[in-house]
Amino acid sequence: MLGNFDFDVIRRALPYLFLEGMRFTLTLTALAAFGGLVFGTLIALMRLSSYKVLGRIAGFYVDFIRSLPLVLVIFWFYFLVPYIGQWVTGASRPITVGAFASSLITFIAFEAAYFSEIMRAGIQSISKGQPAAASALGLTYAQSMRYVVLPQAFRNMLPVLLTQTIVLFQDTSLVYVLSIPDFLGAASKVAQRDGRLVEMYLFAALVYFVISCVASFGVRRLQSRIAIVR
Amino acid sequence: MNYNWNWHIFLEPNPMGTGTYLDLLLTGLVVTVKVSVLAWIIALVSGSVIGVLRTLPSRTASWIGFCWVEFFRNMPLLVQLFLWFFVLPELLPRSAGLWLKQLPNAPFWTAAIGVGLFMSARVAVQLQAGITSLPRGQKQASTALGLTTVQTYRYVLLPMAFRIILPPLTSEFLNTIKNSAVAITIGLIELTGEARSMQEFSFQVFEAFTAATVLYLLLNFVVVTAMRFLERYVAIPGYITGK
Amino acid sequence: MIEINHVNKWYGPTFQVLKDCTTSVAKGEVVVVCGPSGSGKSTLIKCVNALEPIQGGDIVLDGVKVNDPKTDLPKLRSRVGMVFQHFELFPHLRIIDNLRLAQEKVLGRKSEDATAKGMKLLERVGLKEHAKKFPAELSGGQQQRVAIARALAMDPIAMLFDEPTSALDPEMISEVLDVMVDLAREGMTMMVVTHEMGFANKVADRVIFMDRGEIVEDAKKADFFGTPRSDRAQKFLSKILQH
Repeated sequence: MLGNFDFDVIRRALPYLFLEGMRFTLTLTALAAFGGLVFGTLIALMRLSSYKVLGRIAGFYVDFIRSLPLVLVIFWFYFLVPYIGQWVTGASRPITVGAFASSLITFIAFEAAYFSEIMRAGIQSISKGQPAAASALGLTYAQSMRYVVLPQAFRNMLPVLLTQTIVLFQDTSLVYVLSIPDFLGAASKVAQRDGRLVEMYLFAALVYFVISCVASFGVRRLQSRIAIVR
Repeated sequence: MNYNWNWHIFLEPNPMGTGTYLDLLLTGLVVTVKVSVLAWIIALVSGSVIGVLRTLPSRTASWIGFCWVEFFRNMPLLVQLFLWFFVLPELLPRSAGLWLKQLPNAPFWTAAIGVGLFMSARVAVQLQAGITSLPRGQKQASTALGLTTVQTYRYVLLPMAFRIILPPLTSEFLNTIKNSAVAITIGLIELTGEARSMQEFSFQVFEAFTAATVLYLLLNFVVVTAMRFLERYVAIPGYITGK
Repeated sequence: MIEINHVNKWYGPTFQVLKDCTTSVAKGEVVVVCGPSGSGKSTLIKCVNALEPIQGGDIVLDGVKVNDPKTDLPKLRSRVGMVFQHFELFPHLRIIDNLRLAQEKVLGRKSEDATAKGMKLLERVGLKEHAKKFPAELSGGQQQRVAIARALAMDPIAMLFDEPTSALDPEMISEVLDVMVDLAREGMTMMVVTHEMGFANKVADRVIFMDRGEIVEDAKKADFFGTPRSDRAQKFLSKILQH
């Protein structure tokens, strides 16, 4: 019961939880969001390109990844990445990949599928006249994408992209299945070491809740501000 | 890749003595289906109630709806499962907590309820959007005919709203199936879990995960096909949903 | 039959949509309400069956005070028919089921009685052969005739029309007006918000002209079309009758 709730356990664990755990979580979130956005945009461009084959490949990748549970994808990459590394570097044995690198690759590959759908919707929301006007000015395809279409698509989709990033932030907790000390993993380690599951898990829940709430509140404000500007 | 592929592994007996490795995976598939269907029922029922609350003019009702959605949306599913599985029994009176912990199949029920409640927030948001997308005149027309609020929702607003949100609901059902794999963390051995144990026993990592992947794709395909049929079945002649 | 006494209504704290409106509709009387858009005429008619709440004054319908919290609103509304600008048929129900729904759920009529009544009214508006269709399969004019039949199925003591022809293509307006003219000649009590001055001229007993939330003019038809007293009404009439 809450009568013997031990705040001191939390207080003592704070440095470890935040300096190690939360740092891992936030770094992973930020890098995976960035990588996911870059690759997601590329995939979206492939899907919308006039080369049917490219579109097929991209579409297959997106549908494939989106059909699988993230947990399974995490396992897949955890075991697959050493072999890919071996194949790429030509080493004689599967190379060892650190926990961070492995999860980063996983999340970039996974999120790229989701971000690509958002960017595709964003690109399609731009009127056909925009790229037409750009090419009429003499811009190449790449230039018209780079300077005209993508900036607008990105800005229109910014709230959705940020919301997806909040989902990603929560999803990173799943690296728990690889016993990696992200924020939840760190909390869980302390919980098991000190036998204080109630305190640690409630605290972890609270921290995730507060961060996600504040972030989605910020997104909502941004959304209403964008709505006014339009 | 110097990896020893062995696709015959599926027909070899598993160390649990429950038949072959394939049987092991299929047992996992059944657990995944069971837990997902149960979670989906919970999500649909509670999500519909919350979604309706959020559209009512009453301040209290929409406040309750708002809190529900924010609570279940702003915590990782994994953390929520931990709360239900590890924390809740400790917070209850001793006897109730003990009873909960000793419940047979506790991971299964926790997963169904936990995933169900997590998804209910998303169902609620979808349904709310569906109801508010209906012309305001529909509610006025029902009211003007003398229908009560309950009757208006039951006979007019909900039948249309659910038709409109059928496609997003399909993907939320698929999400429910995918999310059921998170329950591996509270010890539920569903499809991903069985693939994981096959990998640990047989060391044939990629065969195990390939099989699980194929089974998930198959499950997706079945759900999508079934929902297409449902969509066609409930489609209204002449009425074009905003696509 | 309908008494509107000193009705005031605000949207939000500052914007007053209805300013001290007072008028009445006697049994069997046909009253046309006209005025520029935003004048509050639609709001006024929606206050009569309490689709919109009022903040001051009284509305009494057949001896029952509409804005009394103790009034059983669904019951009261079921006794007044209302026809909307955008028809507001229920798109997921067949035409005959649109006519049956409130008869069964509100009045508690038996299914076969409701169907019989519905078919009789569909025949009256000339759409009997469309009973099994869905609303989206009908033209706008047909849909509005169904909407009138749906309201009549409740055996209303009065009918409210909120711009019933404004959303129609020109060639469909007369088929709807014909039904309304017949209804008026049979002695139905009617309050009609419309710009169709030809209709007003043909069957109205009185014409009310509203502007900026006020009833500017409330006169016998002959007087209104003869010499409207106010400037604003004259201007409005000349604009509308120009073409």
